[in-house]
Amino acid sequence: MSNSYSLKIFAFFLLLIFGWSCKGTSQVTEDTTSEDKIDREAIYWARVDSAKMEFTEADAKFMTMMIGHHAQALVMSRLAPENGASDQVQTLAARIINSQKDEIATMQQWLRERNQPTVDLKIEGLKLMINGMRSGHMDMVGMLSQNQLEELSNARGTEFDRLFLKYMISHHKGAVVMVDNLLKVDGAAQEEAAFKLASGINADQQTEIARMQSMLDKLTSSSQ
Amino acid sequence: MRIKNSVRSRNPKSTIPGATLSRLFAAILIMAVAYACTPKSAVQEQDRAPDISPKPIATASPENPDPRVGLGAGLFDAEEAIWNLEKLSATPPPKDFIGVTNSDLAFTGKYAIQGNYNGVLIWDISNPSNPTLVEDYVCPASQSDVSVYKNLLFVSGEGLGGRLDCGTEGVKESVSDVRLRGIRIFDISDIENPDYIANVQTCRGSHTHSLLTDPADKENVYVYVSGSAPVRPNEELPGCSDALPKDDPNSALFRIEVIQVPLDSPESAKIVSSPRIFENLTEAPTHGMTPAERAKVQKAKEEGAFVAEFGGQERVIPPRFVARLLNDIVKQRDGEGEPTAADSATLRKNLPTIITQMTGQNNDNDQEVKRGPNQCHDITLYPAMGIAGGACEGYGLLLDISEPANPRRLAAVADSNFSYWHSATFSNDGNKVLFTDEWGGGGQPKCRETDPKEWGANAIFTINDDNEMNFESYYKLPAAQTARENCVAHNGSLIPIPGRDVMVQSWYQGGISVFDWTNPENPVEIAFHDRGPIDSTQFRMGGSWSVYWYNGAIVSSEIARGLDIFKLEPSPYITKNEIAAANTISLEYLNAQDQPHFVWPTTFALARAYVDQLDRDGEMPKEGIAKIRQHLDEAENASGSKRADMLNKLAKDVESQVDDSSNSEKVSKLVDTVRGLASAP
Repeated sequence: MSNSYSLKIFAFFLLLIFGWSCKGTSQVTEDTTSEDKIDREAIYWARVDSAKMEFTEADAKFMTMMIGHHAQALVMSRLAPENGASDQVQTLAARIINSQKDEIATMQQWLRERNQPTVDLKIEGLKLMINGMRSGHMDMVGMLSQNQLEELSNARGTEFDRLFLKYMISHHKGAVVMVDNLLKVDGAAQEEAAFKLASGINADQQTEIARMQSMLDKLTSSSQ
Repeated sequence: MRIKNSVRSRNPKSTIPGATLSRLFAAILIMAVAYACTPKSAVQEQDRAPDISPKPIATASPENPDPRVGLGAGLFDAEEAIWNLEKLSATPPPKDFIGVTNSDLAFTGKYAIQGNYNGVLIWDISNPSNPTLVEDYVCPASQSDVSVYKNLLFVSGEGLGGRLDCGTEGVKESVSDVRLRGIRIFDISDIENPDYIANVQTCRGSHTHSLLTDPADKENVYVYVSGSAPVRPNEELPGCSDALPKDDPNSALFRIEVIQVPLDSPESAKIVSSPRIFENLTEAPTHGMTPAERAKVQKAKEEGAFVAEFGGQERVIPPRFVARLLNDIVKQRDGEGEPTAADSATLRKNLPTIITQMTGQNNDNDQEVKRGPNQCHDITLYPAMGIAGGACEGYGLLLDISEPANPRRLAAVADSNFSYWHSATFSNDGNKVLFTDEWGGGGQPKCRETDPKEWGANAIFTINDDNEMNFESYYKLPAAQTARENCVAHNGSLIPIPGRDVMVQSWYQGGISVFDWTNPENPVEIAFHDRGPIDSTQFRMGGSWSVYWYNGAIVSSEIARGLDIFKLEPSPYITKNEIAAANTISLEYLNAQDQPHFVWPTTFALARAYVDQLDRDGEMPKEGIAKIRQHLDEAENASGSKRADMLNKLAKDVESQVDDSSNSEKVSKLVDTVRGLASAP
């Protein structure tokens, strides 16, 4: 699916039109005539469009899978207020919801703009439907089974905290593995938006894993 | 211990006498720089604008409703809102760089060097109203974080498409010998023709880097490399391992890289150490107590409440729980009825042990080595103070960098409201540090009405003599932004207003915000600039990546729109005299993450700035203030020994009022300045 051929053509035209004329010169005073502005705007949108062509099948698959993966984190986190989670876990869960909802929106936009099928998400309580399929059918590391989700939804108070942290750590670790796997594919994550998303997910989730591990350690040691 | 000295010397009272040799050297160097270069401030203040009386900072507030809310969209023609700043220029990128992310900034002489994912742009900003491009060097790699030192330019490469030969075609293979992830080094002796002389490859690439100039080492500069992306395969760069350190002691995880660059042979730059500065970090992931909370605990103590330490901080034990514990004690002595005063005393004595038993806090001995965070996002070095602030995943670290190749951790803080510690800025005296939280990585809209004010914000800490960091407050951009604008705390620098802590900071599409954090408990916004979203219908990356003060100009790198330059507009919150005093600082170069220590030359502007500040907070009687201003004017118009006499008399007069002022420290600074003016040749 890599569309580097059309990208090259585009780059060639850009070169033809503008050349590399500014190199080493100091006469570049951008006048602000409206024609110039329209010209620059056109280049901006053309370049944004051409950047969209530079992706691989692996990138698109990564986005699709990660949307499903993030969606399950929403299902888990939404349980926190009702299941008597501690303030700390509620803060964490609220931020996971906020962060991952935004990232899902970013990834959906990424897919939409590249004419890739977006992900049809439906969450009803513990039931997560992805593209009309039960989430359990998606084969991804770190995803909780329906039994585990139910176990979590039945837990209360400290027991909920403990299970939530434990399951969210392995859930996050799954996302880190997905990033690692993406980067092993030739040509993947070359494009700016995909690399930013993937490396951002890697850094954010590792940070959150360490935070949750530290919370879990404290919880475990205080219940001894 | 050297660090102790330099940390203690952050107390303004012992500025010169207690200074260590290196500090003194640094101070002299900075003063020499400040004096040697004619104040070539990009922005000269010569106008005689009508006087604006200073007003208390806490009263500052833009008009209501905030003009930043609801700005119209546009790429090069978005609606704008501006307060207490003047926009001098907005220059779009050259055509080959339009639509490609502009990133960080560094400065040398009259040049601003702007990183771009497509290479590097070099602007002559000697006329800030009309910056001119002198070089656009195509050499793609994200994030093109830039630093400069004399004839050397350093550029970060992290993305997978960066090539050793600067080619634009990317690198498709996941293992390749043409890929560059690390630091590129250029010789810019001829700034219009950068010469790519060397590179240093690192295992995680370089997301950011910080240049360290060591006051004690004139032969080398150091580059601290922070990489946050996954580790490269061993097949691509031998020795790179992403195993856990317990399985592989050479793991590239949980460490930073220190590159030493010999100034006489920069092409032989190499990694000299990979310090594991995070080991055994066990800080609680909670946020520290606010001053209000600390006061509450103190008050409770004074009122005789039961207070115990658990979870890393002192807490008031709830009365119901105290009653239960007291009843237990009554039972233990086989007593009955209400607990006695003796029972209370027993509880008070045993409380720490009881709490420890209940929370199991003393179980740390048998635990394996805590690894702490995996990497740092960015490190701000403050060599004049021998310290650094590391923003490392879930932690803010205070480091001792007196040995550049062996940074040592002094303290660490965590905060449950912080998602991802991103960068640090110290107050000029080094007694405070401000950390930013880049929640969402900069690509998400985190300043919406519904996003909490504590998330994606700055956290301000004071640093005490024992190098402990105490949380004081949060600061977040006060104006709500739309869901189409990426917005979160990002890069900034101090503006050298003497006697105050003022910072200008990027908030991506939230624009730039100037705020005063002299009072760490109550940071207040005093100026801003903002544009509407890039697109009216959908989210697009954009906004200010970094904004730094450089010799009077406030220069902002706009991700999509190019280079913006502003200057401060006099206001009740920063007066004309304070701006003039700031503009007496003249830097030869600036890398904001190698924080310069400001030493203000003795000028009339400096004296007048202090007078304005005493006026602002009512710290001297109005009549006295008016008289000092008048005498300063008269003295400035006189010359020779007559001027000296007038100034000495004024200094003596002001000195007699030191004890009457509620801010005797500032009055003393004013006295010193006036006396300094008297003895100036």
